[in-house]
Amino acid sequence: MTAGELEALNRTWSDPPGFASWFRHVDHRTIGRRYLVTAFGFFLLGGILAALMRLQLSRPDNTIITPDLYNQIFTTHGTTMMFLFAVPVMQGLGVYFVPLMVGAREIAFPRLVAYSYWMFLFGGIFLYVSFLLNAGPDVGWFSYPPLAESLYTPSKRADVWAQLITFTEVASLAVAVSLITTAFKLRTPGMTLNRVPIFVWAQVVTSFMVLFAMPAVMLASTSLICDRLVNTHFFDPEQSGDPLLWQHLFWFFGHPEVYIIFIPGTGIVSTLVATFSRRRMFGYLAVVLSLVATAFMGFGLWVHHMFATGLPQLGESFFTAASIIIAIPTGTQIFCWIATMWSGKVVLKVPMLWVLGFFGVFVLGGLTGVMLASVPLDTQLHDTFFVVAHFHYVLIGGAVFPLFGAFYYWFPKITGRMLSERLGTWVCGLLFVGFNLTFFPMHVLGLHGMPRRVYTYQASLGWGDLNLMASLGAAVMACAVLLFLVDVIRALRVGLPAPANPWDASTLEWATDSPPAPCSFPLPPTVGGREPLWDNAPDQPVVVGLRRDVREVLVTHVLDAEPDHRKVFPAPSIWPLVTAIATTGMFIWSIFTPWGVTYGSIPIFIAMVGWFWPKSPTEGGTRPWPIAHRTLPLPREEPAAGGTI
Amino acid sequence: MSEPRTLDVSALPPGAFGPRALTFWGTLGIVIIEGTAFGLAVGAYFYLATRLPSWPPAGVSPPDLRWGTINTLVLLASMVPNELARRAAEKIDLRRVRIWLAVCLVFAVAFNVIRIFEFRHLNVWWNRGAYASIVWMLLGLHSTHIVTDFLDSAVLAALMFVGPVEEHRFVDVEENAVYWYFVVLAWLPIYGVIYWAPRLM
Amino acid sequence: MLWTTAIVFVIVIAFVIAGIVRDGVATRSRGVQRPQVVAVSVAVAATTLILIGLLAASIWTGRTLEAFQAPSAITVNVVGHQWWWEFEYEEGVPAQRVQTANEFHIPVGRPIVLKVTSRDVIHSLWLPNLQGKRDLIPGYTTAIWLQADHPGIYRGQCAEFCGMQHAHMAFDVVAESQADFDRWLAAMRQPAPPPTTASAQHGRDVFNSARCASCHSVQGSVAAGLVGPDLTHIATRSTLGAGTLPNTPEHLAAWIRDPQVIKPGNQMPANPLPD
Repeated sequence: MTAGELEALNRTWSDPPGFASWFRHVDHRTIGRRYLVTAFGFFLLGGILAALMRLQLSRPDNTIITPDLYNQIFTTHGTTMMFLFAVPVMQGLGVYFVPLMVGAREIAFPRLVAYSYWMFLFGGIFLYVSFLLNAGPDVGWFSYPPLAESLYTPSKRADVWAQLITFTEVASLAVAVSLITTAFKLRTPGMTLNRVPIFVWAQVVTSFMVLFAMPAVMLASTSLICDRLVNTHFFDPEQSGDPLLWQHLFWFFGHPEVYIIFIPGTGIVSTLVATFSRRRMFGYLAVVLSLVATAFMGFGLWVHHMFATGLPQLGESFFTAASIIIAIPTGTQIFCWIATMWSGKVVLKVPMLWVLGFFGVFVLGGLTGVMLASVPLDTQLHDTFFVVAHFHYVLIGGAVFPLFGAFYYWFPKITGRMLSERLGTWVCGLLFVGFNLTFFPMHVLGLHGMPRRVYTYQASLGWGDLNLMASLGAAVMACAVLLFLVDVIRALRVGLPAPANPWDASTLEWATDSPPAPCSFPLPPTVGGREPLWDNAPDQPVVVGLRRDVREVLVTHVLDAEPDHRKVFPAPSIWPLVTAIATTGMFIWSIFTPWGVTYGSIPIFIAMVGWFWPKSPTEGGTRPWPIAHRTLPLPREEPAAGGTI
Repeated sequence: MSEPRTLDVSALPPGAFGPRALTFWGTLGIVIIEGTAFGLAVGAYFYLATRLPSWPPAGVSPPDLRWGTINTLVLLASMVPNELARRAAEKIDLRRVRIWLAVCLVFAVAFNVIRIFEFRHLNVWWNRGAYASIVWMLLGLHSTHIVTDFLDSAVLAALMFVGPVEEHRFVDVEENAVYWYFVVLAWLPIYGVIYWAPRLM
Repeated sequence: MLWTTAIVFVIVIAFVIAGIVRDGVATRSRGVQRPQVVAVSVAVAATTLILIGLLAASIWTGRTLEAFQAPSAITVNVVGHQWWWEFEYEEGVPAQRVQTANEFHIPVGRPIVLKVTSRDVIHSLWLPNLQGKRDLIPGYTTAIWLQADHPGIYRGQCAEFCGMQHAHMAFDVVAESQADFDRWLAAMRQPAPPPTTASAQHGRDVFNSARCASCHSVQGSVAAGLVGPDLTHIATRSTLGAGTLPNTPEHLAAWIRDPQVIKPGNQMPANPLPD
């Protein structure tokens, strides 16, 4: 295309400049960046809370932090890390990279994704403002009733927690629907299902898990708010409710939740292992099937969080079996990664160092998980620091280490600058050492009887030395994170400009500029194999014929990605923000009175009418009415023309 | 280096009906999410039933069959104008779309009003224990759907009457019909649970 | 379990390192590599076998622990409160039932069945050296057994977050010979002897007239409060406040004067009594 045409195309796809317009952006790369930055911000806040906890626990009978504040801190730490960091950051990576990896210029339902970002942000602000107003939740990130019922928590604290759930679950569900639709319907021609990158498969599998798991916690938190606000009796035993109902509903969500966090991590690892072994992933089919198997089986484990409640032994044994057997698909992925590295030529750049850290940390965490799956062992280890060690090993090992690897890998693409190999090596080493110093002693502490969620412990119990070591380790981890921030700031200012494909990787996001042009792909490539940048023939067709005056995207068939129709995507719009503000108002209002639901819905309705009301003819769309003859095919009708590769 | 070949998609249609449309997949997402929520609520219902000695508890009678059964019939009947609206949309027949959307709205008003009677004849207030709470939750969850179904169908109908009408607006009518089907069909097991389970247990 | 998992860990890491060090071919070919397929299949099969073995061991252990039946067991009812433990020995006659708090005794070598529940929120009873933990859930009563094979004082603690003072909800189990245990139980059955000295009588009057009796009970006196721990034989206990303080007269006085300083948030109000 000519330079003028390219300029027109980029102008169509650009985010409009200016402060007011910042609130109208809907492009997936912009929203993806915001997700990543905001989630990382919550990671830092959660880390500060963790540092406060480690400070308090560093010595026995410490009085730096009162019990009430400590309970708010550990609850907010867990809630932040699980709901405001781990899931949003993985979804943020998906929002940015899934469309690029499938060769699409935009994500499906961009305004919905923008809305979800605002809901995520407002929910997090709501939580932290409440915390600063001494109304932060204080009954643990899983908020068990009856402790969370109004009789034992009369303040608004538990309602803040329950409504934060609603904010973040709405956001996650929205992104999940968009990612699934993108991966199924917006793939570039030639990208049949067996050519979809493993990272995209991981995001799709995760998104399906989100759709099936999050309704459980939404139902639970809504029921809790109802118990507290309008005197229903789901969970209080005084009036025929059942505290175990909460546990079943919560953990039906809670166990898949950790796989929702971990599976995108494995998608990152597959990507990095393949790129830095300089060869295609070994065992593509096995890995994809393992992802699907893990997702299915992840829904059958939840009772292993309830082994201490005295449920019948036969039932518990089923969940032990499932919890142990799920290690098989995970193990399959690990063996495939090892096989890839074994038969490839490994390049130890910083992203690959993070993969090594992942192996060291996650595998250990997975093995302690197998231990915890055993009921007799679990009745000793449950609710002790052994469990704290286990889940930090699998979550930090399985998600945070791959995430840092992803940052080092994709930072050049997102920002156009390279991070520093030297600083990155130091960050990785410091975090690895600091992490093990912090969390390995906790295995021993748990075996020595230290329970979770205690604001202090007596000196006579002999836990002081290991706790001090853990707290010192936490300081090392903090240094690592600080050094990472230094590296990021330095790179943004004076980092080396990044080429389009600094790692010689194979997936389509590397076929764009660094950072990508507003239109992502001036000439969207089609693909002829699973590793497009390695497999594509020199004359692999590029897609032409999409309009340049509106944001038009090619929609293809689900299975074989044959071209089907063109769709005009929305221009920047204020309605996602307006709807999010209205929704936030309704959510906050409704923890004070049930009428908040009724009256608060009215602004939401108005905002949604504005959202969906047709735009002017200049903003795109089909030809105005009346029309001479139809242009849209029926569901089973073949398109008039389109061409195949 | 040879010039890349081109795949010219400019002749492709600017939209599509049915599962080819992106909106269909969005609706499918909603169906999965809400269907799971309903399923879990039904599961909670039967779980709580195992915890009480009698279900409904002593002194509480099951919900009156009359209004729930009437509403079930109204909901099932509403599938007829819904399907006719959907077919008219696929044919891009504006006149018929307007007629059948209006008929759908009449049904929507009816089943929302009858739902109020259902709530009043549940024979127990929500704060009388776990049975009452889960029954109100089940009925309440479904009611949010019949309300939103009515509202979004009303806005869509208004648009088709007042304009601006565009060709791809007919895809929206068709996809709305899909959501309507879900709301009606999801009601059937919930009706069975609320009205018949306490009588059969 | 520990040895198996440790060995697996070492093997996996060894292969990872070997994979890095070894320079294969940076191949981008699409061909299937038979050696890798075989290796991965063997690894998956071995993993499956090891996991099934661990699963069998776990279930067998669980069944052994659960299969316990003993007609000679002593039954103790345990009720969890925020933030103290109520123990009651189940005997035949209600008049003979021993009720105490935060510390109970058992004979060595005899099975003990604990029937546990909670009066308020979820707690969890855990004696690390004697048995795994069991949650105390309001609305549920479940049974867990234990047996001390050696005499000694075993410390237990609450293992489910139950609010402000979850960290200070410990208890002691004293395991002693059968004869010592019988003597202790018989002494516990006695109501509190009427106070003999003038200061003791004054103490009893203060106890009954101040708020103490509205929450605490002392068998053999008019005090019959059920909110707080039974204090009939408080002098026999080694700690105060569910394991928070050693039981000495100074600590007891400080506790009575202002328990909120020692265990903030607990349910006992300050009692500024004159010395």
